[in-house]
Amino acid sequence: MAEIFFWEAVRRAHDEEMARDPMVICMGEDVGVVGGTYKATQGLYDKYGPERVMDTPISENGFTGLGIGASFLGVRPIIEIMSVNFAWLALDQIANSAAKVRYMSGGQLTAPVVIRSPGGVAHQLGAQHSGRMEKIFMGIAGLRVVTPSNPKQAYGLIKSAVRCNDPVFINEHEYMYSMKGDVPDAEYFHPLEGSEVARMGRDVTLFGYNISVHWCLQAAEILSKQHGVEAEVVDLFALSPLDRVGIKASASKTHRAVVVEEAEAPVGVGAEVIAIINEECFFELDAAPVRVSAANVPIPFNHKLEKAAIPNAQEVVKAVLKMLGK
Amino acid sequence: MNAADKKRLLREMLFARRFEERCYEAYMERKVGGFLHLYPGQEACCFGVMEAARPGHDYVITGYRDHVHAIKCGSDPKAVMAELYAKETGCSKGRGGSMHIFDVKHRFMGGYALVGGPFPLAVGMAKAIKMKGGDEIAICFLGDAANNQGTFHESLNMAALWKLPVLFVCENNLYGIGTRIDRSTAVTEQYKRVCGYDIPASQVDGQDIEVVYNEAKKAVDHVRSGKGPYFLELMTYRFRGHSMSDSNKYRSKDEEETWGKRDPLYILKSRLIAAKELSEAEYQKLDKEIIEQIEKDIIPFAESSPEPKVDELTKYVFGENDPYVRGGAR
Ligand SMILES: Cc1ncc(C[n+]2csc(CCOP(=O)(O)OP(=O)(O)O)c2C)c(N)n1
Ligand SMILES: [Mg+2]
Repeated sequence: MAEIFFWEAVRRAHDEEMARDPMVICMGEDVGVVGGTYKATQGLYDKYGPERVMDTPISENGFTGLGIGASFLGVRPIIEIMSVNFAWLALDQIANSAAKVRYMSGGQLTAPVVIRSPGGVAHQLGAQHSGRMEKIFMGIAGLRVVTPSNPKQAYGLIKSAVRCNDPVFINEHEYMYSMKGDVPDAEYFHPLEGSEVARMGRDVTLFGYNISVHWCLQAAEILSKQHGVEAEVVDLFALSPLDRVGIKASASKTHRAVVVEEAEAPVGVGAEVIAIINEECFFELDAAPVRVSAANVPIPFNHKLEKAAIPNAQEVVKAVLKMLGK
Repeated sequence: MNAADKKRLLREMLFARRFEERCYEAYMERKVGGFLHLYPGQEACCFGVMEAARPGHDYVITGYRDHVHAIKCGSDPKAVMAELYAKETGCSKGRGGSMHIFDVKHRFMGGYALVGGPFPLAVGMAKAIKMKGGDEIAICFLGDAANNQGTFHESLNMAALWKLPVLFVCENNLYGIGTRIDRSTAVTEQYKRVCGYDIPASQVDGQDIEVVYNEAKKAVDHVRSGKGPYFLELMTYRFRGHSMSDSNKYRSKDEEETWGKRDPLYILKSRLIAAKELSEAEYQKLDKEIIEQIEKDIIPFAESSPEPKVDELTKYVFGENDPYVRGGAR
C-alpha cells in the first residue's frame, strides 16, 4: 500500500491497462506531449507513442464519436474531456451513440468506451468552468456513471471501466487531483455498482459522492465531537445505476437521511436518492429526508459569492441538527 | 463492368426499388409504424459504390435511410422487413426500427437518426482498422444537408490529420427534408467544401451506376491503398417525400419530371436493351420474380414473426453478467 496523489492513481490505471492490452488507447486535448492538464497521462506519450496516446483537435463531439466508433471494432479508448463543461459539446455522441447502440442494435454492437472528465467548482474559474454535470449523465439509460472520492477508487474504477463492455463515464473533480490516499500495490478492480460505508454511525445517514463525501466526513466528525451525534457516511461512487440496496440499508438503519451534493438541487442526485428512499423504506424514516445542495445559480466569479454558492461541512452539520430538532 | 454484372446490378436495384415500395404499402396498411425514409431514385449511389468496394468486408455506416445499404452489405431482406415490423426476428430484434438497422455480421454498422452523427463513428472505425492492420475501409454514406453539422468538419479534419482509411460518400439529393440546398448551404457543391481539409474529392452523376462505379473504384482504391480519406459527391434525387409525413410541396413539377427521366433503373435498363443484352420481356419476368419473392417470402416472414417479449424490455441496456461491474472476475 502506497500513499499517492489522485493524479498518480489515474495515471497508474492508464499505464497498467495500456501495457496489458495494445487495444487500449487514450485520447483527448493535450493528453499526449503535454501529459494531460492534470498530469493524468504523464509519460504515456513517450512510452506508447502518438497512435495510442492521441492529442486530439478541440472537437469534443468529434473525438468522442471517434472513440466510440473505434470501440465498435474492439479498441478500448479512454477519452479524456479536459473539463466537464466541454462535455456538453459531446453529449450527442455520448447519449445518442455510446449509450444507445447496444440496445437499438438488439445487442449486436457495444461501445466499451471510458470517458473521464473533471468537473466541480474549483477556485474562481467562473460560470463556464465550474459545471457539475453528473446529473446530466446519470439520466442517460445505457451509460454507467461512476465518481471517485479518493485515489484508490479513481485507480480501481478506471481499471474496471476499461475492461467493462458498457460505456462508462467517470466524473472526477478538479480539486481532487492533488489529494493523497492509499492505493494497493497489487492490481485492484473497484466495482462499478454499489456504495461504500465511509464511516459507520447510527443517528443519521449522510449520502455523499466525489468531493461531498469529504464534507460529509468532516461534518460527521463535528457532529460526533460537538453534538454527540453519530452520523453514517455513505459514499455513492456509482451514480448510475444507483445502489438501491445500500441506500435502503443505511436509511432504514439510521432512520434519517441527508444527501449532500455539489450541484444545484433540481433534477439531481439528491432528488434521486430521496426518491429511492421513499420507494424503498419510507415507513422506516423518523424525519423527512433533506438535500444540501448548491444554490441554483451560475457559479459566480467573486470568491465570497462562489463559496456561498456551494455547500460545505458546516451546512451539513446545520441540516442534521435541524432534522434532529437540536 | 461486364454485361453480366450490369444485369445483376439491375436486378439488385430493381429489388431495392420494389422492396422500398412494399415498405410504403406496409406503412399505409399500418403494419409499419414510426419514421420511414425511402430510397427510390438514389439506388445507383449505394449499389455503384458498394460494387466498387467489398460488401460484408468493408464497414458501412449511414443515416436513417438505411434499408438498402444493409441489404447490399449482405443483410437478409426478410430480417430488414421484420425489423420494420418491429419483430424479434428483425435484424435489430425489433429494438431498432427502420432508422436503426444493424447487421454487424455483415459489417453493416448501423443506421443512425441524428443528422451528422455517423461521421465521427466512421472515422473511429477507420482508426480501429488502422490499428489492427486490416485491409478493410470504413464507408460513410450521408446526405448533403448533414454536411452543415459540426461533426462533418471535425471528422474530415481528424480523418485527414491521421490519414485514416475512410470513404465519405455524399448522396446529394439537393434537399434536407423540405429545404433546398441553396437555401441552407453557402457552397452548394459539396466536394468543394472538402478542399480545406486537403482531402481528395470529386463530384459525379449519381444516377448512372456505371459512372458511380468508375469513380467509386478510384475512391476506394485510394482509401484502401493507405493514402487516407476520400470524399465522393454523387448528384442524385429522391423520388418520394423525405419521410412518410412529407407534404412534398417544396419541389416543382418541372424539377420532379426532369429528374424522373433520370431514373437510375431506366438508365441502366435502356442501355442494356439498346446493347441487346436484355429484352423488355426479360425485364418484366425479373420484375415479376422480385414481386413474388417479396410477397411470398419476405412479407409473410415479417407478418408471422413474433414480437419481442415484454419481459425482455430491459435486455440490451447493459451487458449481462459483466464481471467488472462487480469489481473483476474473482
Ligand atoms: C441532429 C438532427 N437535426 C435534425 C434532424 C431532423 N432531420 C432528419 S433528416 C433531415 C434532413 C437531412 O438531409 P440530408 O442530410 O440531405 O439527407 P437526406 O434525407 O436528404 O438523405 C433533418 C433535418 C435530425 N434527425 N437530427
Ligand atoms: Mg439531402
